[in-house]
Amino acid sequence: MSDVAKGFTRQQMADRIAAEFGDGWIVNLGVGLPTLCSNTDIGDRNIVYHSENGVIGYGAIAAPGEEDLNLVNAGGQNVTLRPGAAVVHHADSFAIIRGGRIDVTVMGAYEVAANGDFANWRIGRGKGGGIGGAMDLAACARRVFLIMEHVTRSGAPRLVPACALPVTARGVVKLVATDLGLFEPAGEGFRVRELAPGVGMDAVRAATGAPLVA
Amino acid sequence: MPGKQFPSFAAAVADIPDGATIAFGGFAMPGTPFNLIAALAEHGARGLTLIANTTGGAQQPRMPDIGMLVERGQVRKVICAFTAATRASDVLPFTKYYESGEVEAELVPQGTLAERLRAAGAGIPAFYTPTAVGTELAEGRETRVIDGREYLLEYALPVDYAFLRARRADTFGNLLFHRSQRNFNPVMATAARIAIAEVEEPILPAGAIDPDAVHTSGIFVHRLVEIPPPPAGLWPQKRQERVRP
Repeated sequence: MSDVAKGFTRQQMADRIAAEFGDGWIVNLGVGLPTLCSNTDIGDRNIVYHSENGVIGYGAIAAPGEEDLNLVNAGGQNVTLRPGAAVVHHADSFAIIRGGRIDVTVMGAYEVAANGDFANWRIGRGKGGGIGGAMDLAACARRVFLIMEHVTRSGAPRLVPACALPVTARGVVKLVATDLGLFEPAGEGFRVRELAPGVGMDAVRAATGAPLVA
Repeated sequence: MPGKQFPSFAAAVADIPDGATIAFGGFAMPGTPFNLIAALAEHGARGLTLIANTTGGAQQPRMPDIGMLVERGQVRKVICAFTAATRASDVLPFTKYYESGEVEAELVPQGTLAERLRAAGAGIPAFYTPTAVGTELAEGRETRVIDGREYLLEYALPVDYAFLRARRADTFGNLLFHRSQRNFNPVMATAARIAIAEVEEPILPAGAIDPDAVHTSGIFVHRLVEIPPPPAGLWPQKRQERVRP
C-alpha cells in the first residue's frame, strides 16, 4: 500500500465489518485481520465470539502478566473470558459450526470471485495447505464475510471474475471489506457498497479484476 | 485391575511398535502432550502415522511436535488440518520432508478431523458432511445429495494410541481439562485403543473428582503419568509474538 493516508487501515477494515454484526450474533473470527474485530467497540450489542478450539464467549486479549497459558483463541493468542463463557471439546465446537449456529464467520482470503467463491488455504506453489476450520465454517456458517487487502503485494487484483487458486467453498461470500471499501459479490461483478475515505471509483475499478456493478 | 499410573513417560510409551497410528491432542500450546511426544522421540519407534491439528513448528518457542519426529525420521504419514504454514513467509520444519516425498500427508478440514475421530470412538464407520464439497479435497470422492444438499462421505479414523494432556486425573483415569486444554483430547481418547494422559496435578484417588466435573471417563483412559515441575517436565510457554513485517 502507498503511504498516502487514504483507504481503510487494518483496524478500520475490521471495524467496518464488525459494524455489520447484529445484536445477539454468534461470531467466529479467523486468524489475522479478522481477529482485529474483537478490538472493535461494539457498543451495547451482545456479540458472542466462538473459536474453533471450543471456547465460546471469549473477550479481549489478556493483559501482560495475566495470561492463562491454557486459554487461547483460534490464532493461539491468550484471551480472556466474558461472563457466560463456556468451553466444549472440538467435536462439539464443530457441531456448533456445522449445525448452523454461527451467524457469521469472518475470514481472511487470498482471492474472492464475483460469484461468491473464495480461496484461502493454499497459495498455489508447493504441497500441502492450511485449511484449519475454514472449510467447515465457510460451508456451514449463516454468512461468510471477508477482510482482505484489495490487491496482492505485487499489485494484482484479489477481487477476481473466477478464483485461480483452489477454493475453500463455493458461492458463499456475502460481504468483503478491503482497504478500498466494502463490496458484495453480485454474480457478474462486485457491488460497491461503500468507498473508503479518499478512495474514488476509478481507483477501485483499476484495482479490481472483475466488473463493478450497480 | 492393574493400576493405570506409570512412573515415567518413557515407561508409558515403551510398547509402541513401529508402524503405529498415534493421535496427539492440543490446539496451539494448550492440551498438547509435550512430554509424551518427547518420550516417543527418545523411544524411537518408526514408520508412524501421526494425527494432530498441525505439524507444528510455526510458533516460538518450539515445543515437541510432529515436525520434531519427522526430523528424526520416525514418521511415514501425517493427518492434519494444516500441512503448510498459514503465512507465505513462514516455512515449517515439516515442509522440506513433505516436498521431498520422505513423508506423506493427508490434509483434512479441522471439523472433519474431529468428527472422524469422534465417529471412530462412537462406533460409526463413516458419515456425510457438507464440509469441502465443491473443493479440490472432494475430487473423485463419493458424495450424496440428501434433502437437496450435497454432502461428502468421510470415514472414521480409529487410532492405536492417543496422547493427551489434562489438568487433573484420578486413579481410574477420569480426566478434567482446564479451559482450551480440552480441544481434541476427549475425542482422541475415545478413538484410541490405548489412551495415555500426561497430567498436570498430582493424581487423585478415585472418587476425588466430582462425577459431574469429569470431562473424559476413565473408561477411555489407560495410562497416566504425572508431569514433574519444570525443567524436568515440559509446560506451556508464553508464545513469542511475531512482529508483522
